[in-house]
Amino acid sequence: MRYLPKSPAEREQMLAAIGAHAIDELFASIPAVYRLQRDLDIPRQQAESEIIGYFKAAGQKNATDYASFLGAGAYRHHRPVVIDAMVQRGEFLTSYTPYQAEITQGTLQAIFEFQTMIAELTGMDVANASMYDGSTGAAEAVLMAARITGRHKTVVARSVHPEYREVLATYLRFREMPVSEVGYVAATGRVDLAALEAAVTEETAAVLIQSPNFFGTIEDVAAIAEIAHRKGALLIVTIAEAVSLGVVKPPVEADIVAMEAQSFGVALSYGGPFCGVLATKEQYLRQIPGRLAGQTVDANGYRGFVLTLSTREQHIRREKATSNICTNQALVALMATIFLTVYGKEGIRELAEHNLAKAHYTAKALAAAPGAKLLFEGAPRFHEFVLKTDELPEAWQKRLFDEKIVGGVDLGRWYPELAGATLWCTTEVVTREQIDTAAKTLAAVPVEA
Amino acid sequence: MATAPNTTIGKVRPHQTQNEGLIFEKSSPGKRGYMLPPLDVPAVDAAALLGDAHRTVPAGLPELSEIEIVRHFTRLSTWNYAIDLGMYPLGSCTMKYNPRVNEFVARIDGLAEAHPYRPEALAQGALEVLDLLQKCLIEITGMDAITLQPAAGAHGEFTGILLVRAWHQSQGNPRKKVLIPDSAHGTNPATAAICGYQVENLKSNSDGGIDLEALERQVDEDTAALMLTNPSTLGVFESQIGRIAEILHAKGALLYMDGANMNALVGKVRPGDFGVDVMHLNLHKTFSTPHGGGGPGSGPVACKAFLEPFLPTPVLVQSENGAKRWDYDRPQTVGRVRAFYGNTGMFIRALAYILANGPDGLRQTTEDAVLNANYIRAKLEDLYELPHKTPSMHEVVFSDKRQAAQGVKTGDIAKRLIDYGFHPYTVSFPMIVHGALMIEPTESESLEELDLFIDAMRSIAREVEETPELVKSAPNSTRVARLDEVTAARKPVLRWRQRT
Repeated sequence: MRYLPKSPAEREQMLAAIGAHAIDELFASIPAVYRLQRDLDIPRQQAESEIIGYFKAAGQKNATDYASFLGAGAYRHHRPVVIDAMVQRGEFLTSYTPYQAEITQGTLQAIFEFQTMIAELTGMDVANASMYDGSTGAAEAVLMAARITGRHKTVVARSVHPEYREVLATYLRFREMPVSEVGYVAATGRVDLAALEAAVTEETAAVLIQSPNFFGTIEDVAAIAEIAHRKGALLIVTIAEAVSLGVVKPPVEADIVAMEAQSFGVALSYGGPFCGVLATKEQYLRQIPGRLAGQTVDANGYRGFVLTLSTREQHIRREKATSNICTNQALVALMATIFLTVYGKEGIRELAEHNLAKAHYTAKALAAAPGAKLLFEGAPRFHEFVLKTDELPEAWQKRLFDEKIVGGVDLGRWYPELAGATLWCTTEVVTREQIDTAAKTLAAVPVEA
Repeated sequence: MATAPNTTIGKVRPHQTQNEGLIFEKSSPGKRGYMLPPLDVPAVDAAALLGDAHRTVPAGLPELSEIEIVRHFTRLSTWNYAIDLGMYPLGSCTMKYNPRVNEFVARIDGLAEAHPYRPEALAQGALEVLDLLQKCLIEITGMDAITLQPAAGAHGEFTGILLVRAWHQSQGNPRKKVLIPDSAHGTNPATAAICGYQVENLKSNSDGGIDLEALERQVDEDTAALMLTNPSTLGVFESQIGRIAEILHAKGALLYMDGANMNALVGKVRPGDFGVDVMHLNLHKTFSTPHGGGGPGSGPVACKAFLEPFLPTPVLVQSENGAKRWDYDRPQTVGRVRAFYGNTGMFIRALAYILANGPDGLRQTTEDAVLNANYIRAKLEDLYELPHKTPSMHEVVFSDKRQAAQGVKTGDIAKRLIDYGFHPYTVSFPMIVHGALMIEPTESESLEELDLFIDAMRSIAREVEETPELVKSAPNSTRVARLDEVTAARKPVLRWRQRT
């Protein structure tokens, strides 16, 4: 086996040093009745070329050559190649969690830079080292708000990503922490403020919204914050499309921001690994879950970084920890850090503006098709929009497939009232030609004979 | 004893590393590391389109050119220790070689660029990869069903205990407590607590294993499950495992296995065959996906058939025509534990590892991991106290008893190992061993590297006798000396700020 660095003679030599005659003596503590007396029934050992062949074939079955207008919490952006070049350095890739600070300053400084960038982007004071993804980050933010407020109820907007809401329900279901949902205004797709006002009470720990929300609409964060804060609840804003922060005002009125940073240079990879992160105000720092890198000095006075405030964490606090999270998404956070360094202050704005322009153009082009119209026109949006067509989506989706285009995703699977309406996303990687083809194909409604 | 620059100690001779400031300190306005293609649609007025929602103050991100970015992160990387540089004997962490072909195949276009909501007809390749991995992991664990959704080990524990809870609830009573041995990882009690269970501590017996009498006393109708790590965190296989399962099952309680130490078992014995009802795996331990400085991980949960109805949605199924699809219609599900389907990039890597090994390779891997740990034990037990003489599997736990008599603690010995070119072992864990040195070499170490490690440990034991201050002040050869963690926690500085 090519990964195992021992010759048969060396194995014999080591057994002799141990005083064993055969390797199975070292497994004698496993009762014989349980020992596996056969080979595992899995594919045989394969050469590197065979492995590559297998995965290439799988990739091809996935149909790679389609243009895509899919978003909905996972976004395709150009990933600068230096990201992969850097994260494939073995010193980053094959390093452990930086508990031994003297020999992991590289990872620690990079986390510190990540935390700074996320705080800058979100308008919060501090950010953690990462969470699993946006959905679990949002759920952990709700638990954090409950610890801070000593309350146990949550109000969540229906315009939050449906899968984020499902995850939240899973996290809360055994804790006797009720969740109520607040609908959206039909004209704008934004949170129904009157309904929110009615739903938030003195028992509400957190109001959870998403902005830009699942329909691509930007919420009135200030107005929502006022409603939440008036009753002493915290406002959590989750952001699924991090690139929006290049051009959309950060949710500074929020108490906690739960963000998915996948858009910052992370491959779609059929849904993961992505990179959640929590950012918050200084005063809530000690209730934040997950790892934190902090600046300090060494015995000689040099600047250095360590994992800090670990008394919040499970390896110290056990059942009293803020969360059970241990491993997070460090390497993915590094990808995001490099992405943000490549684009920088000006680039992130320019990139976001390109996305805004492409989506604006797409929305107009698609809505021009006969029987098509945009929903939620009454509010600003970033690069996603909802399209309603007279023709059933299955019909035009099929025409688009023939043109090697994947159109928007049907919202009916999550919002019965929006069945037949589709959520579209255009990022900077979609070309005008692809947009025009999609519009033309959508408009080509077959004439009934 | 200052080390002269050209002096070798252990397997290292110091070399240059370059200083590098924070990325923000290197920024200057107007520098760029990117270029966007010309906008091929009409430009828009963002301020007009967004109104009040328009961002007017840009985020304080750095501005640098590409070469500076490459140098910055390359320089930072050189400050890290890594498996690619040498042995990483962290007990319980299974720091094994991360094959490069795994990285290559995870980046194949059709897989890396697949959107999670692409129509299933256009995602059959990804689904086939997931399906094959599921089948392999089910066979390896001897369980009946699996979910790949959990993002890491602790997330898998959460999912597994939710399954336990949902099943008990379906029997009419979710029960109140989860038993956890005092040797367990901190994630176990933290998990039980977030699933709404009381944590009841189970004291280990003198061998560091499960005390059957205590177990029998403590398991009652309120007990939902025992969370057991097997082999234990002492690296010892619970040879009474059959009896443990019986005691639990007799009272209707379930056996949860923390699969952190699965590297000692693969191909030799299957948890499903020794009474485990539900368990998680750590793909970033046993199945070679890289730790990446702390993630991403992946924590699939495998279970017996009676728990299958409760698995998180969606579940991968096969249609009659052979096509694979996601099934969302699962009335008894515990719900989703994360968005989409899990860390697919890690699934691809883990499957590549399994394919590279095959059944014979996986078994040999386990045997070598156990051989390595026992070799270290045999070569060090004359100098380091071995508190439990029970046979070791893939890791060995010493204590610092003899060295502590000289005022040198396990943490000091660990730091001194750095000067010899090794990452420290796991320090002061498990907690049932006072001053623990927990050593897990994995299968990835050659005899040469093991002997260098053994030499280093023996040399340090001598230093403890002769020059204890040298050990207590270690590391002496790193870029930074021991860091002031107290100040870091007392006055947290968690971000850079522009000086005003």
